[in-house]
Amino acid sequence: MTDTDTTAGPGRSKDLDLWLDEAGGWFRDWGDTEWEERIVRAAAHNLNEFGYDSFGMSPTFIRKLIPLMRFLYRVYFRVQAHGMHLIPQGRVMFVGNHGGQLPIDGMMVAAAVALEADPPRILRSMVERWVPTLPFVSSFMARCGQVLGDPANSRHLLEQEEAILVFPEGVRGISKTWQHRYRLQEFSSGFMRLALEMKTPIVPVAVLGMEDAIPALHNSKALARLLGMPSFPITPTFPWLLPLGLLPYPVKVQIAFGEPMRFRGDPNEEDDVIDRKVDKVKVAIQGMLDDRLARRGKLLGRW
Amino acid sequence: MARIVVTGISGRLGRLLAQRLHLDHDVLGLDRRPMVRKPKDIEVFQADIRRKKCERVFRGGKVDVLVHLNIMHDFRRPQHELHSWNVIGTQRLLEYAARYNVGKVVFLSTANVYGARPDNPQFLTEDSPLMGGERFSEMASLVAADMLLATFFWKRPDIETVVLRPAHIVGSVRNGPSLYLSMPVIPTIMGFDPVMQMVHEDDVVEALALAATEPVRGVFNVAGGGTLPLSVLCRELGRRHLPLPYPLMKILMKRAWDVGVTDMPAPELDFLRYPCLVDDRRARKELGYHPKRSLSETLELVRAGDPYAERLARYLERR
Repeated sequence: MTDTDTTAGPGRSKDLDLWLDEAGGWFRDWGDTEWEERIVRAAAHNLNEFGYDSFGMSPTFIRKLIPLMRFLYRVYFRVQAHGMHLIPQGRVMFVGNHGGQLPIDGMMVAAAVALEADPPRILRSMVERWVPTLPFVSSFMARCGQVLGDPANSRHLLEQEEAILVFPEGVRGISKTWQHRYRLQEFSSGFMRLALEMKTPIVPVAVLGMEDAIPALHNSKALARLLGMPSFPITPTFPWLLPLGLLPYPVKVQIAFGEPMRFRGDPNEEDDVIDRKVDKVKVAIQGMLDDRLARRGKLLGRW
Repeated sequence: MARIVVTGISGRLGRLLAQRLHLDHDVLGLDRRPMVRKPKDIEVFQADIRRKKCERVFRGGKVDVLVHLNIMHDFRRPQHELHSWNVIGTQRLLEYAARYNVGKVVFLSTANVYGARPDNPQFLTEDSPLMGGERFSEMASLVAADMLLATFFWKRPDIETVVLRPAHIVGSVRNGPSLYLSMPVIPTIMGFDPVMQMVHEDDVVEALALAATEPVRGVFNVAGGGTLPLSVLCRELGRRHLPLPYPLMKILMKRAWDVGVTDMPAPELDFLRYPCLVDDRRARKELGYHPKRSLSETLELVRAGDPYAERLARYLERR
């Protein structure tokens, strides 16, 4: 695995110094309108005459979000991205580990691909079926290019040579409690059948840190059912501080992109054949996670 | 020169289709309503499609194509009438088509039979389940009529059966979407901004004409020139939209329905929350359908052809 980690060194122990150094990236690209232009241009294919794509994404809306994304990415989570150079062009499927109660991990992977990949790409994540029923969230998600996780939608996007992001663990992954952190849950196999059908390379993604940002101590099934939510996490701050309690803690986040994996075969193969391929992806992601976890310092990888 | 029977010929689409076809083909009309400004060479048989006497149209001479447009969409009608009209009426016509060996049956359904649901994929293909009646029982008769055609398709392989499922039709037609978009202030649902599809009536007529004359069979979705979020649609139409919370909107709609101000039953609000868009690639490939009206052109025509204004003008003209 290639490693572009340069900030870790024995000489740096002062947290503030380190923080300033890491957050400095934000000041460096603050007002980097040229890159902003490139992101907007990356979003601007397959648009209609009014500047929207057929899924309701708007590059103008994305442009407005860039400053916030930059702040979250550079200052709040001080994301370190590894293996950006491995991201291929054309249709591609990013498959990652899901965790941290809120889909901020997806947001940060998308931010990495937009802010650090060269050329920048707009990642279309496949969202939970619950999301379209939520007022405001549903329209916000659609404007910034997030799409309901339906195979027909993924197929449509891949046909248009887009980059999509899939979390095959789904709710099982995002809602797991802190004691199970960074242990991959059961993968659904739909993504593999789709990748085979659409002949799409899979880029394994490991996200480290998100599961410490909102650590769930317990998951209340009863409350979830009562409120019609996929899960109801109890964290040190939620629900005691009301919605504010779900604000993620500003932990340091690492995102590792792996070597693209290309699979060949019949998408309508028996389950066990497909599952063996799925396991290869799962092993790749778990390997990257374990590797990063081992190298991460104590105390959640230095705040 | 084919002999084409068009039911619902006195409606907007029926008349446009008749105008499109009558120079090249022998067009016969079947409608309960009289046809105003009727071209001379079109003969209109005025009868209720549920009545036995409609059979006479088919007995009179070999019918090559039956285009069935006479579907009741007015949800204010009593349920039993909607049902008997749409289901029994369609059933009867299909019986005649089978008995008199009509070469082809074309039916105009609607994309609404798929239903607006939160877990719809962005673009529904022709194979998607027809869930329109799930929360919206008024739609059930439209779904049933559509399914009658599907059964007929399998029962009579010798007859070319075509079902068209167009997205919201706009233009001079007086239907729900057209009236909704011509409101001075368009109420929308707060926090929801679904992507919409509209197809101009000219393109629907073109698709119908292709379906009636080309050697094709099967179900075809018909979409227009593009998709646009509802709020942008309102903005482009130069109208303000007023987002209201869903529970409030639902209560208002129920009240308005009871009082008789609106023709839109409350469950139809789902179409303002969730997507119900169709994938019309099959129509483009097999039917040779290509919408002539782009989205901006369609919007322009909607803005210009305000159905209220037009109706008023016609009323004044008559006086």
